[in-house]
Amino acid sequence: MERKPAIVIRKLSKSFGKLRAVDGINLEVYEGEIFALLGPNGAGKTTTISMLCGLLRPTKGQANVAGFDVEKESLMVRKSIGVVFQQPSSDDLLSGRENLKMHALLYGMPSEGREERIDEMLRLVGLVERQHSRVKEYSGGMRKRLEIARGILHRPKILFLDEPTVGLDPQTRQHIWGYIRSLPEKEGTTVVFTTHYLEEAEQFADRVAIIDRGKIIAIGKPSELVSKLGGDTAFIKAKQPQKIASKLRSMKFVRSIKVGRNCVQVRVGDCAKNLPKMLQALEGVESIELRPATLNDVFIKYTGRGIREDSPEGGYWERIMNSEKGR
Amino acid sequence: MGYLQGVWAVWLREVIVFFRERERVISAIVTPLLWVLAFGGGLGASVQVQGMSYQRFIFPGIVSMSVLFGSIFYGLYIIWDRKLDFLKLVLVAPVPRSAVFLGKMLGGTTDVLIQVGALMLIGIALGLASPEAFIYAIPSAALLSMCMVSLGLIIGSRMSSPDGFNLVMSFVMWPMFLLSGALFPLDNLPHYLEFAVLLNPMTYGVDLMRFAFFGIARFGPFADIAVLLGIFLAFAALGSKSFERMQV
Ligand SMILES: Nc1ncnc2c1ncn2[C@@H]1O[C@H](COP(=O)(O)OP(=O)(O)OP(=O)(O)O)[C@@H](O)[C@H]1O
Ligand SMILES: [Mg+2]
Repeated sequence: MERKPAIVIRKLSKSFGKLRAVDGINLEVYEGEIFALLGPNGAGKTTTISMLCGLLRPTKGQANVAGFDVEKESLMVRKSIGVVFQQPSSDDLLSGRENLKMHALLYGMPSEGREERIDEMLRLVGLVERQHSRVKEYSGGMRKRLEIARGILHRPKILFLDEPTVGLDPQTRQHIWGYIRSLPEKEGTTVVFTTHYLEEAEQFADRVAIIDRGKIIAIGKPSELVSKLGGDTAFIKAKQPQKIASKLRSMKFVRSIKVGRNCVQVRVGDCAKNLPKMLQALEGVESIELRPATLNDVFIKYTGRGIREDSPEGGYWERIMNSEKGR
Repeated sequence: MGYLQGVWAVWLREVIVFFRERERVISAIVTPLLWVLAFGGGLGASVQVQGMSYQRFIFPGIVSMSVLFGSIFYGLYIIWDRKLDFLKLVLVAPVPRSAVFLGKMLGGTTDVLIQVGALMLIGIALGLASPEAFIYAIPSAALLSMCMVSLGLIIGSRMSSPDGFNLVMSFVMWPMFLLSGALFPLDNLPHYLEFAVLLNPMTYGVDLMRFAFFGIARFGPFADIAVLLGIFLAFAALGSKSFERMQV
């Protein structure tokens, strides 16, 4: 099946003075795809999205959104998209419902069915009861919910969500993702989002791109990226870790080994199949714990640094390994 | 249709918000009253200008002043809108930038006209204006306000932070006010200032306002209107351009 691109980005760059915030990005996002942009703080995700929705002029390169050039046909681009910004940007002095009404006007939504659609969105984000309160009286999460409702309200062809779920409680997050996820099928929407919750990307994105310092350094399906990483991690506790490590080194499915004071951390390809072989060969193993690889590992491998607020602190084993490394 | 709807949406928001920020409305009316009562009353007790009490003489000037300050402040407010990210929502909407500019401009003018209306009613109550003056003053204020809101929006959309705000005060607002004849007749001005006075758009606004009140104008109402219209068209074109290139 030939897939049509909804977004085509060619050598897109944006400099702020000397800083290259976005540095020659090439990318295609296909119609009906849910695509995640991942990257550490300051990687250039927001800058990229701002250029795609016509709020920032590219320094170099081109981008096509919904078939329109972002610089030359900005108005047509803006007609095709919905945006949820990273920073809260609703109108403080208007109520939640008034914000949505204003949005409907700005997007030229026909008056027919407008109110019903607003009701529907308010229900989606759970703001029915507070719809008449001024936004300045909203909590941080309520604001974010309102912005999501705004972004979706006019049924955009392409939806940009810049960290849409920051500050949302788990129930809301799940509920809203359930809806967003259904959009490609229901309305043919293409969704591009950024997030620092990597499990969100793993769960909901068809493809992800990892950006660091303005460049795309990895791209693909989450599952592909994870399996390319080469296997899961096993933590082996033993009295004589050195001995175990030297045995492990001779096994060809072992990708990497780290030795601690009384434990060994190994990366093993196809863990399910190879674990028994490993256990057979080893003596003196006290316990063993397995952790399947996740997108988080991919992220850390490529960017070299975890994202502190969201990367798990690590289990018991990881903490032991780290504390011993530090010694 | 889409274009006008965009203008209307932006305008509507401005007007709704205006009525919700009572503090702004009240201070916008109290300040000019203080000028009239303290400055006009204090100084005016001893001075007669053009055959009338000083207080009466400066009232049109004070009305023009409140138009000038209200309009430019309103325009500059866009800097904060941008800082608070609110403007992004409007700029990313499928509304041409010139429509956003027009909506904002009309919104600001509406705000200012409501203030002027209130000020005029108080003026009538104090015997400083006649009901007839009210009828002429409103459209005059509208024209002047359209020019000045545009100017404020142009400056505001080109400034990236509120830091330059004081510069605008000292290099734009105060000179425009002081060199407009709002506080004194222009006849006695030294020669070297005359040129600046003639270049000052505000001069024509004050002149028109004085015509609205007293039926006399230095340049004549039609000249004033023509000059102000020309300035407005130029500013509106420039303002649309400024909005076009505005980034967030
Ligand atoms: N208006 C601006 N002026 C100067 N530098 C900027 C501007 N906007 C962004 N930058 C810089 O560009 C780089 C990329 O910023 P950007 O906001 O795109 O990062 P991000 O990937 O969205 O990060 P985060 O995860 O923190 O949201 C950063 O180094 C930032 O400091
Ligand atoms: Mg960002």
